[in-house]
Amino acid sequence: MDAVLGQLYAGLSLGSVLLLIALGLTLTFGQMGVINMAHGEFLMAGAYTTYVVQQVVGGAGLSLLIALPLAFLVGGLLGVLLETTLISRLYSRPLDTLLVTWGVALVLQQLARDVFGAPAVEVRTPEWLKGNVDLFGAPFTKGRLFILGLALTAVLVLGVVLRYTALGRRIRAVVQSRGLAETSGIDTRATDRLTFFIGSGLAGIAGVALTLIASTQPYMGQTYIVDAFLVVVAGGVGRVRGAVLMAFGLGVLQATFAYSQSVSTAKVLLLICVIAFLQVRPQGLFSVKSRSLV
Amino acid sequence: MREDYLEIRDLRVEFDGFVAVDGVNLTVLQGDLRFLIGPNGAGKTTLVDAVTGLVPATGSARLDGVQLLGKSVHRIARSGVGRTFQTASVFEQLTVLQNLDIAAGAARNWRTLLRARSGIPPTVELAMETTGLTALRDRPAGELAHGQKQWLEIGMLLVQNATVLFLDEPVAGMSGEEREQTGELLRRIRRDHVVIVVEHDMQFLRSYADSVTVLASGKVLAEGTYAQVQADPRVQEVYLGPGHTAEPAPALGEVL
Repeated sequence: MDAVLGQLYAGLSLGSVLLLIALGLTLTFGQMGVINMAHGEFLMAGAYTTYVVQQVVGGAGLSLLIALPLAFLVGGLLGVLLETTLISRLYSRPLDTLLVTWGVALVLQQLARDVFGAPAVEVRTPEWLKGNVDLFGAPFTKGRLFILGLALTAVLVLGVVLRYTALGRRIRAVVQSRGLAETSGIDTRATDRLTFFIGSGLAGIAGVALTLIASTQPYMGQTYIVDAFLVVVAGGVGRVRGAVLMAFGLGVLQATFAYSQSVSTAKVLLLICVIAFLQVRPQGLFSVKSRSLV
Repeated sequence: MREDYLEIRDLRVEFDGFVAVDGVNLTVLQGDLRFLIGPNGAGKTTLVDAVTGLVPATGSARLDGVQLLGKSVHRIARSGVGRTFQTASVFEQLTVLQNLDIAAGAARNWRTLLRARSGIPPTVELAMETTGLTALRDRPAGELAHGQKQWLEIGMLLVQNATVLFLDEPVAGMSGEEREQTGELLRRIRRDHVVIVVEHDMQFLRSYADSVTVLASGKVLAEGTYAQVQADPRVQEVYLGPGHTAEPAPALGEVL
C-alpha cells in the first residue's frame, strides 16, 4: 500500500511540475497556435531569477515569495519581447516559428552560461519547505506539496481570469474569431501580446517552483519542454481542463512505469502510450474550436 | 442635434490587377436607410471591407469629416464604424451578454480588464431590449436561432457606439416574420445612425429602403429611391441582360 501511495505521490508531483509548465503553453501554443521552443528557457529565466533574488535578499523563504511575482514579470517580458520582435512576423508560418524560437532558446542558454556559468547554481530551499509530511501513511515532501499547491492555484487563477474577466473574454474572442474581434474594436495585436505575456510569465513561475526540486542550470528548460508540449497536445489544444488531467495522468503513468522499469524504459513506454492515445483521439482529450486548428 | 454622415470619394480596391471597387462615390446621411445592391461580384462586400479596413484601398472614406482609410481595423471600429458579416458572426462559445460586453468594452483600458463586472452597463441593457434578446442573455450565442444571431450582431454594433452600421445581408435565410422584425429594428436604429444594408432580397428592399445605390462591376450604376432605381434602364440591363424593357417590380424580385 505504501509503495502504491509513494508512486502516486511521485506521479502527482511530476504532474504538477508538468502542469505548471504546460499551463503557459495552453495559452501561447493552445490559444495562439505559436510553437514556442523558447518556453523552456523562460522557465530557466524564472529559476535564475530566484537565484538572483536569493543573492540579493538573503533569506530563502522571503526571496522565494519575492521571486514568484518577479519571475512572472521576467518570463512575461521576455515573452513579449520575443513576440513583438520575431513571432509577430511569423504568424501562420509555424515551421519557421519553431526554428526561430529554437534558435532563441539556444541563444538564451548560452547567455545564461555566460552570465551564471555552466555548472548548476545553488538555490537554497526555505526551512519551512524542508522535510516531509505524512499523508495517509506515506511521506510527501513539503517542497513537492508546495509545487502541487502552486500549480493548482495557477490553474484556478487562470481559469477564473479566462472565464470571468473582460481580459479573458477578449482572449477567447480573439481566438474564436479574429476578424469579428477586430471589427468590434478590439486591438487584436495588443491582445496577442498580453496573452503571450501571461503564458510566458507562467513559465517563469514554473521556473521558481523547479528550483525546489531540480538543479538550476542553463539547460534545465530542455528537460521539460517536450513533455509539456505532449501534455498540451494530448490534453486537447487550448483546453486548461485537458492540460490538468493529462499532466497528472502522464505524471502518474511515468511514475508507475518507473517503479517497475528503468527511467528511460518508462519514458519510452509513456511515449508509446501517448502516441497510441493520439491515434485514437487526434484532437486530444478535449477539443476546442480555435484558429490554430482550422 | 448634429447629423452624422459617411462620405466615400473615389474609392478603389485592387486585387492583383483585378479592380473590385472602381472609383466609387457614396454619401449616406443619418436617418437615411440606404440599401446597397448589385449583381454578384459588383463589389458590395469589398466596399464594406475597404471602409472597415479589412482590405487596403485608395481614395477617401470620411465619417463626419474624419478620414478612415489607412487606420487599423480596430481603430476604424473605435471611430464609430461597425459591420456585420454575411455569415452570422458572433462569438459562439460566449453568452449573449458576454458578446455584448466584448463589443461594449473593446476600448477599455488594460488596467480595468481584470476588474469583475459590477452590474450590466445601461448601454448593454438597452441594446438587449432594442434587439429583443433580454430573455436570452445567458445563452451561448452558438445556440441562438439564425435570426437571433443577426440581431445579436446588430446589438453588438449598438453597444460599441457605432455611428455607421454596415449590415451585410442581414435577412438572408430568415423567415418572413424574422424579416419583418429585422426591418422594424433597422427603422428604429436608422433614426440616430447611418445605416447601409447590403441586400439581395428585393421584397425586403422595397418594404424598407429609404434609398438605394446600385453597384455593378465596381462602379455606382444608379442611385435614388426604389422606384427611381427600378425604372432605370441601365439597372434593368445589369439584372436582366440587354434588350429588356421595363418590368413590374415583382419581376425584378423574382429574378434575384
